[in-house]
Amino acid sequence: MPEQTIAVAMSGGVDSSVVAGMLHRRGERVIGLTMQLWNQRRLPELAPDGPTGRCCSLEDVYDARHVAQHLGIPYYVVNFEQRFEDQVVKPFIEEYLAGRTPIPCTLCNNFIKFDQFLEMAEGVGAGRIATGHYARLDWNPDSGRWEMRRSADRAKDQTYFLFGLKQEQLSRTMFPLGGMDKPAVRELARELGIPTAAKPDSQEICFVPNGDYAGFIDAYFREQGIEPEDTSGELVTADGRVVGEHSGVHHFTVGQRRGLRVAVGEPLYVIATEPATRRVVVGRNEDLLRPAMQVNGVNWISIAPPSEPARAEVKIRNKHAAAEATIVPSADASRVEVRFDQPQRAVTPGQGAVFYAGDLVLGGGWIE
Amino acid sequence: MQRYYFDHNATTPVSPEVFAAIAPVMTEVYGNASSIHYFGQMARHALDEARRRVAEMLGATAEEIVFTSGGTEADNLALFGIAQDGHAVTTTIEHPAVLGASAKLAGVTRVPVDGRGVVDPEEIRRALRPGTKIVSVMHANNELGTIQPVEEIARIAREAGVVFHSDGVQAAGKIPVNVADLGVDLYSISGHKFYAPKGVGALYVRKGTKLTAMLHGGHHEREMRAGTENVAGAVGLGRAAEWIVELGAGECARERELRDRLEQGILDRVPDSHVNGAGAPRTPNTSNIRFDGIDSEPLLIALDLKGFAVSSGSACSSGVTEPSHVLTAIGLTREQARSSLRFSLGRSNTAGQVDALIEAVAEIVAHLRKLAPAYA
Repeated sequence: MPEQTIAVAMSGGVDSSVVAGMLHRRGERVIGLTMQLWNQRRLPELAPDGPTGRCCSLEDVYDARHVAQHLGIPYYVVNFEQRFEDQVVKPFIEEYLAGRTPIPCTLCNNFIKFDQFLEMAEGVGAGRIATGHYARLDWNPDSGRWEMRRSADRAKDQTYFLFGLKQEQLSRTMFPLGGMDKPAVRELARELGIPTAAKPDSQEICFVPNGDYAGFIDAYFREQGIEPEDTSGELVTADGRVVGEHSGVHHFTVGQRRGLRVAVGEPLYVIATEPATRRVVVGRNEDLLRPAMQVNGVNWISIAPPSEPARAEVKIRNKHAAAEATIVPSADASRVEVRFDQPQRAVTPGQGAVFYAGDLVLGGGWIE
Repeated sequence: MQRYYFDHNATTPVSPEVFAAIAPVMTEVYGNASSIHYFGQMARHALDEARRRVAEMLGATAEEIVFTSGGTEADNLALFGIAQDGHAVTTTIEHPAVLGASAKLAGVTRVPVDGRGVVDPEEIRRALRPGTKIVSVMHANNELGTIQPVEEIARIAREAGVVFHSDGVQAAGKIPVNVADLGVDLYSISGHKFYAPKGVGALYVRKGTKLTAMLHGGHHEREMRAGTENVAGAVGLGRAAEWIVELGAGECARERELRDRLEQGILDRVPDSHVNGAGAPRTPNTSNIRFDGIDSEPLLIALDLKGFAVSSGSACSSGVTEPSHVLTAIGLTREQARSSLRFSLGRSNTAGQVDALIEAVAEIVAHLRKLAPAYA
């Protein structure tokens, strides 16, 4: 099979459309593939207005096909719904019920976009894939590694969600938008005559309408014929004082302030959720500060796994301003301890911890 | 890139003869066939002529032919027209048009088929009950090409006093059809499956069969289907039917030879490949082949990128994640169903194209198996 064909993951949005357009204009042999990940006709109670306006909706497939036709490239929809449900949706639900706050986008990158999609691309004869992610990739001949850097457009940077990618995956991946900012991408979209150039950016997690995680989980259980587990219980302070009740642990995430419905004079925040006892621990803002955290499932990207403690800036959620820290390896290469120079607020189990040196993405893992 | 079309069960091109017959109708015979004046009479004449030709192909009389918008409408008209408030007996391998329409009736029993994709007429008999108003069993299956024992089922239905419909969309044009010999009361055909345009089909309605119209608003088609007649479409269907009669068995034999060449070539070249529905009587142009350890999705795409158009089931279910209901009905696992491809031949195919297709399939299957570590 020829290596030169590039499969572009086309979502129907502007970014991936521009990727297809710019590669095509450059003379590459390009095919467009849209991943059908989730059937938006499922769980209709979550979207009373019908399955519109979200990822994998018929409109998105229509848009992607329209762009592919405009460019004159081969285009196909590939169905990954089963894999997406098994490896993204179900773990997402399990994580919430286990009191953690998952990032489905990272799971999707690890197990769908840079795994099954790569495999599909290779199967149909495309040796490389290209996506509309905002991140930069460079080959470093000295270290013999693919290095990942934050995108030129810091506001659009998506490296936080890409920490799980292995060298082998990166060697077959292109992020053509990494050096551009969003206005330039939109400008290029117009220049290329992309019919969807003015389409708004997508924001929320694609399969959860309106960001209502708890509602999604309840609806999913009902669809599966499972009575949603009653996870309601007590709101307690760190010293065990009961200060109220809550409707279910999966409605809460560390650092959350809204929805506690307790009046005790000073603002209260969720410090931890304890699924085993169905308790939600609340406290003051300063109770959220943590000097260190354990990180598992660690993957190193731009550097080989360090054997000595290493300095890095660490992001503990997507919108976090990376904090100075020391990363301490352990005997188990997949586990590290991160010691912050300054205690960090709302270190949330289930979120990613991504290690940077300036723009360079060193690696990352999952917060325990 | 040279492109070859091996998906004639999905649809066929309009043949030059059919196109030549239709073109002047669209521009010159534009009258409304219900109008009294000259223009209307010309249209009526063309429509009647087309009806006679379709009737001739099916061994029916002209007044037994109701033109419809296609196979789906013909199937819906048969089921709703006979059994709206009754029970239907049908099979697990019907086309979605029959599956979907029968699901909306008061009741339906779906009789399973054997591992070759053929229904046992005795099973049909056992499924009959006092409220059964229609038996509907397809003549040939769209995915496997398997031919059902329609004559025997017709006898059983007649003995029971139940109307018998057969969806002949995948049989008409591929095998000889004579509705009198088959013993059917209702028989659906679709123009675009045999070189007439999309948007026209017909339902054979045996004289004396009481059918309730579904579309209302005029006296067209002997009160059975209101709506201004699609004269050009009907003329195309009539010309295609005439062509089938003229061609006789020669083209069928040619396609059967090519189909056998394709199957033999693939079975020889590709290890662990199997013909689904093997051993059953089949339409001469259809082959459904399973490749162990392969997902048909990348296989189909890779073939298309090389210029070969094939199908992973019926076109109506593509894009759907559920495996083919036909393939699971013959006992294949979900994985086996997902590793199957349908090749359906037609007039444009040649031995050279078939050999090129065999080559491409062998190459891509080998490539995909190399990528699938699970396949040993």
